[in-house]
Amino acid sequence: MSLVARHLEAAGLPTVVIGSARDIVEQCAVPRFLFVDYPLGNPCGKPDDVENQRAIVGMGFDVLGRAFAPQTTVQAPFVWSEDNSWRDHYMAVDPGELDRLRAAGEARRHERAQNKIRFAAAD
Amino acid sequence: MTPDDGRPLSRSHRNHVSYIDKSREFYAAHGYDEPYRWATNTSAPFTPLTKPLSACTVGLVTTSGIHADDKPADAAPPLPKRSYTWPTTPPPKRMFTADLSWDKQATHTDDVETFLPIQRLRELEADGRIGRLADRFYGVPTEYSQRRTGLDCERIERWCREDDVDVVLLIPL
Repeated sequence: MSLVARHLEAAGLPTVVIGSARDIVEQCAVPRFLFVDYPLGNPCGKPDDVENQRAIVGMGFDVLGRAFAPQTTVQAPFVWSEDNSWRDHYMAVDPGELDRLRAAGEARRHERAQNKIRFAAAD
Repeated sequence: MTPDDGRPLSRSHRNHVSYIDKSREFYAAHGYDEPYRWATNTSAPFTPLTKPLSACTVGLVTTSGIHADDKPADAAPPLPKRSYTWPTTPPPKRMFTADLSWDKQATHTDDVETFLPIQRLRELEADGRIGRLADRFYGVPTEYSQRRTGLDCERIERWCREDDVDVVLLIPL
């Protein structure tokens, strides 16, 4: 997605990214970025919280209108919850699950290889 | 704000989650030897905004997909893993997100406005904050080859031109 922002910006279209994966977006380097420090999935606000969504989307346009240089990051002033445990739980690797994870990886690689054959035929 | 065990919020590391570190560890545990090479740049292009937002047509780009049961009336449904366009009116009631990496434990994507804020953009349009939302939004699938991403970039630029888009809001899940 960040690559699309860079392409459009270079083509003359001002862009702003609203997202929650700060390191990924900033490593790619985009012109303007509103960072929303929420679990991945709801960068534009909490579910069923219209006020929160309105504030975040509005702030995206603040960044679009006011940034004066590329790689501008603004952090939205909202917290997901007082409980920060979601940060540790996401993609956590449980040492007791290593065999299961490796087996899941093997299954996934097999499925990918099959899909590659299928998509190559469709291309 | 304190974590579960009552310790003060740690300042010994970045507060935000490092998804690059997390995914490297996660996929290594799944037996992938080569870590994913995230796009890395040290600078970014910049195009100053030259007209007021209140006069701008806004384009919207999402990484979510069209739900398999939401078929357009007059066209074939979008192919999986291909960039696509879809009307902004009526706003989709649901989007397909199951194949994307997001925090399925902590939250859900049942409220489409949390990642594809078409109704919020309509409100900004009504308030005069933005000129208008384009008649179509654009979908770009993630996680595939750089060649395909390059093709998607060109297609989305072309669609933006066709729709007279002035500024673009990009929202990855």
